[in-house]
Amino acid sequence: MSECTCHKNYTLDTLIPKVGVITKITQETPDVKTFCVTAPGGGKLFEHMPGQCAMVCVPGIGEAMFSITSSPTNKEYQEFSIKKCGVLTDCLHSLEVGDEITVRGPYGNNFPVDTELKGKNLLFIAGGIGLAPLRSVINYVLDNRDDYGTVDILYGSRSADDLVKLKEIQEVWAKTPGVNVHLTIDRPQEGWDGHVGFVPSYLKEIGFSTDKTALVCGPPIMIKFVLAGLEELGFNRSQCYTTLELRMKCGIGKCGRCNIGSKYVCKDGPVFRCDEVDELPNEY
Amino acid sequence: MYKIAKSNLPALFRAIAETKELYLPIRRAGQVNFGPWSEDAEVDVETLKTVKSPKDVFFPQSENLYSCEREGKDIKIEPQALQDQEFVVFGMKACDIKGVEVLDKVFLADPIDTFYAARRDHGIIVAMACHEPEESCFCKVFGVDCADPEKSAADVAVWMLGDDLIWKAITEKGEALTKAVESLLENADADSDKLEEEKNNIRAIVEKLPYSNLSLEGWGGDKLEEKFNSPKWEELYKPCLACGTCTFVCPTCQCYDIKDYDTGHGVQRYRCWDSCMYSDFTMMAHGNNRTSQMQRFRQRFMHKLVYFPANNDGMYSCVGCGRCVEKCPSSLNIVKVIKSMGGEQ
Amino acid sequence: MQEELIKRAKELLADGTVARVLGWKAGDLPYNPEPSYFENEDQLKNFVYNGFCGANLSKYMIEASKLEGKTLVFLKPCDTYSFNQLIKEHRVDREKAFIIGVGCKGKLSIEKIREQGIKGIESITGAEMTDDAETLTIQTIYGEKTCTYASAMLGRCHVCKGKEHQVYDELIGESKDTKDADRFAEVEKIEAMSPEERFAFFQNELSKCIRCNACRNVCPACSCRKCVFDSTKFDSAQKANVDDFEEKMFHIIRAFHVAGRCTDCGECSRVCPQGIPLHLFNRKFIKDIDKFYGEYQAGEDTDSKAPLTNFTFDDVEPSIVGERG
Repeated sequence: MSECTCHKNYTLDTLIPKVGVITKITQETPDVKTFCVTAPGGGKLFEHMPGQCAMVCVPGIGEAMFSITSSPTNKEYQEFSIKKCGVLTDCLHSLEVGDEITVRGPYGNNFPVDTELKGKNLLFIAGGIGLAPLRSVINYVLDNRDDYGTVDILYGSRSADDLVKLKEIQEVWAKTPGVNVHLTIDRPQEGWDGHVGFVPSYLKEIGFSTDKTALVCGPPIMIKFVLAGLEELGFNRSQCYTTLELRMKCGIGKCGRCNIGSKYVCKDGPVFRCDEVDELPNEY
Repeated sequence: MYKIAKSNLPALFRAIAETKELYLPIRRAGQVNFGPWSEDAEVDVETLKTVKSPKDVFFPQSENLYSCEREGKDIKIEPQALQDQEFVVFGMKACDIKGVEVLDKVFLADPIDTFYAARRDHGIIVAMACHEPEESCFCKVFGVDCADPEKSAADVAVWMLGDDLIWKAITEKGEALTKAVESLLENADADSDKLEEEKNNIRAIVEKLPYSNLSLEGWGGDKLEEKFNSPKWEELYKPCLACGTCTFVCPTCQCYDIKDYDTGHGVQRYRCWDSCMYSDFTMMAHGNNRTSQMQRFRQRFMHKLVYFPANNDGMYSCVGCGRCVEKCPSSLNIVKVIKSMGGEQ
Repeated sequence: MQEELIKRAKELLADGTVARVLGWKAGDLPYNPEPSYFENEDQLKNFVYNGFCGANLSKYMIEASKLEGKTLVFLKPCDTYSFNQLIKEHRVDREKAFIIGVGCKGKLSIEKIREQGIKGIESITGAEMTDDAETLTIQTIYGEKTCTYASAMLGRCHVCKGKEHQVYDELIGESKDTKDADRFAEVEKIEAMSPEERFAFFQNELSKCIRCNACRNVCPACSCRKCVFDSTKFDSAQKANVDDFEEKMFHIIRAFHVAGRCTDCGECSRVCPQGIPLHLFNRKFIKDIDKFYGEYQAGEDTDSKAPLTNFTFDDVEPSIVGERG
């Protein structure tokens, strides 16, 4: 066979994952666990920005895209908060500290923390596991407190037991100056003296002023009503950001699954400004 | 410019195959598809269109990406070796080469797909002019000149001219290949007039083809809303069987699936062609954003005629090879879609 | 015959007997009509019925059965076997169908025409149903060509099941029994091969498979709502054949699953882009069923018990497998 003449050095393909080791598992709610992942020798697998995702895989079981819930300002590890809802996530929930998984990424864009969001008053609105991508931004903002204005966090879940990262919310976020936390649960519950009601209605009850930029993440139906609520309050679509979630395989805008209009959610998203979402065909 | 007698082609193929892997149209069980040359393979360079496009030379229907083994809790990943030997693809038509240019836009865009890139870098394309184009062809519509593969991204262009095959190196890679088989070639500079005549003959035939004047008016990257919301889709998709024939014979369809295959002593991570026509293409654990066949059908054509040009300076991801025209079990195809919603000619 | 069909379709639409018509719409080439719904007189202008209307419309009736009102469907004699079988399997609703049995004198295959070296086709005469021509005259860019009608017929028409429609409300047009070969001759040829030859034969054929699923999706017997090969819960949902075991597995499982229900309509072989004679698997099963349980034609009726789903004391013993080697 003739010798290769191109003498090209190819970098390792982005489809080849890194091995990650689970260093800590926190049971957040009955069906959500947070996994700390590092490289086998310690240290982070890669650098990322708030809102970016990664493909987490248990070889032979499955692979899926999860948002990285830890902030880039965390220098030791990356965290994934994962809800049990299928074959792969069932398997992930059965893993123990010390077990290895594979991770490739980071994929996608991020919330524009260093550009459009800088200096702004921020309003985070999350429902259920939808807090995961926003938590990365919130901690980034809190770690760079001076770069941003006021922070409001509106977070709701089915019940008090389903609020992810409750301890961090109450003990860290709520105690940070200039940060207001508003929690709500869907139905009344014994031992809960906070607000009861759905996120979109609580949003309207509080009636945030429009000098804020809203970052919304949660179940599609919640996002829909929250955005409608924000509009009612006078928010502009270009003042709101959200994330889209479609089936993804490659993570680099090539395999075609998450193609919608001329965008690839895995590459051009998952973060979209709402007026950008409006330009997409209604297929998400 | 060189030539070689058609009767001497087996010797040419043998000579190429001595130093490089050679892929070319091979007849097997009645059908012609690109495959590796071997001494007893039935080479068929006369058939105009292979059933499948030759895209799988660069983007195989199924390929391993890495293997993964467990030792206790430890996972070991062994990436699949990249193509590192030169190989030759003989007999690609101008439309199929344009198809590769479309694939380049996807796989060579950042981040580069190294599996594909390595194959592209090591592949030497010998393009063949279309001696007798057929009624299902409409490459002209997409700016392809099937009479002159010299204008394509090929390394060598060849023409069937009477009893001879005319051979013209285009690129450096092509020159090198020519050098390697020079002893079998004879000078054909005297045939250049005949070659021009052949090109003109082919172009004259192309003018007569029923789809050659198909108009793309009304299509393109800026037509998203209008086309997406057209009521025509409801009508057009109805006969669609939701099979993947169009996708898998297409030179530009590049969607793929990534899967694991448990070999019993490790996991093979591989990718394989997938089709947006399939019901599970966009299925997630908690839902599917395209639940009807109409939506899936629409996606395939919107992608080729609107989304792709929007992202690639107006380049369509159809090259007019006409394979879908010939192979769709329900006689649907991109031409019918273009016509029904665009400028009918 | 085409005009007669259009006229009757218009009448049935006009008097409200049917809400829509399921037939074939003229294509943009002489040989590519597509299955289509027609909902009014105007749309029927594009209705066509000629030699290239090979598509079996029975399976479309699964979806049409879920629609409001009756659907007028045109079925050729062999298509009616599929329709009956679908009734038997409760996949279509007889009450939702108004069936016009259309005459058939054998359906044409463009592939068979191309195999004869005919290309650059501009027009074809002799494919119309009114014409009794035995010859197709084909105008091409490369001159006028001719071929016999029989040489351009789909393989299945050479072993035609006959002129009789098994189920219909009305009949329009004459049919012709185009049978000129023994139905099981091809199967016998393969049976006569040595196991090695037989393996090589199927290996060679099935290695062409691109897993496009056209055979499965067109097959009236493949009417599962969720096919095992589409399930993400098993490793069976392969979209490509990872090895030569898989390329056989898909077809063998499919053949087993339709055994005893396959009417031998031949759609699988008609649609295969790689020209794999897929019907041979099914026909082998049919031949064996005939031999072991007595002659049986799926789709001949809607209520008889099928041999593979019925036990009798005369059934062959499983040991037959060993005896046959």
